Amino acid sequence: MTEDHRFQMRTPLGRVRHLGSAHHGTRAFWHQRLTAVANVPLTIAVIVIVMGLLGRNHAAVVQILGSTLVAITMLLFIVTSVYHMWIGMQVIVEDYVHDETWKLVTLMLNTFFCFAVGLAAVFAILKLSFGL
Amino acid sequence: MAEAKATRLRERPLSPHLQIYKPLLTMMMSIVHRITGGALFFGMLLLVWWLIAAAAGPNAYAQVQWFMETLVGRLILFGYTWALIHHMLGGIKHLVWDLGYGFGPVEREWLTVATLVGSIGFTILIWIVGYLVMGGLR
Repeated sequence: MTEDHRFQMRTPLGRVRHLGSAHHGTRAFWHQRLTAVANVPLTIAVIVIVMGLLGRNHAAVVQILGSTLVAITMLLFIVTSVYHMWIGMQVIVEDYVHDETWKLVTLMLNTFFCFAVGLAAVFAILKLSFGL
Repeated sequence: MAEAKATRLRERPLSPHLQIYKPLLTMMMSIVHRITGGALFFGMLLLVWWLIAAAAGPNAYAQVQWFMETLVGRLILFGYTWALIHHMLGGIKHLVWDLGYGFGPVEREWLTVATLVGSIGFTILIWIVGYLVMGGLR
């Protein structure tokens, strides 16, 4: 806390209760755009990869998905997408869920869902790559 | 304190919401952008199921393949494709707007129509190419 306290508009009690701005708003906004830009080429790449796998048997799919370049592309897509949808769903929840308890619960569920889905996908891709 | 609570409980006038405005294409597409985003959030489950099945083995992968070839599976995949493309094109439109371009009365309509026409066109194109890759309808 390097804030100049002469210009503090908030009361000490207000600060203790974390009332006021969390100062995270612009970071979420920026990260949403950052992942959006990253996702444009990555989404196109993933569509091409998935289309190349259509109708192929399991052995061929494992071989292609596990190859280095494809695996790295898939990993990048998963990480940026999951982060992007985590921020997006948080915005949706904050817009529509007004009850404080439910807001807290849904925000937590959003985080749990994104972590679980992201980790599962990353694990699957790494497993395909390392052939365990 | 009691007074503050009573004030909060009293019905307060709210600012007008969506239903009061005439539906405009830009506004409708803004809503669609959010809906497709929400759909893609849950659609990620489908992608993860496919990846985990591939990592699990031939039997699990055969189950995914079976489901994707049912009518329901095909419809979900088609919707997923459109939602993904539409959200991507809508996102590019929003990035253009974020940079401060395309706000004129002609440009904003043109951009919005382009995202809709583009998403439908690309989705159909992807599916045609997809069926060609698989060697015909099935």
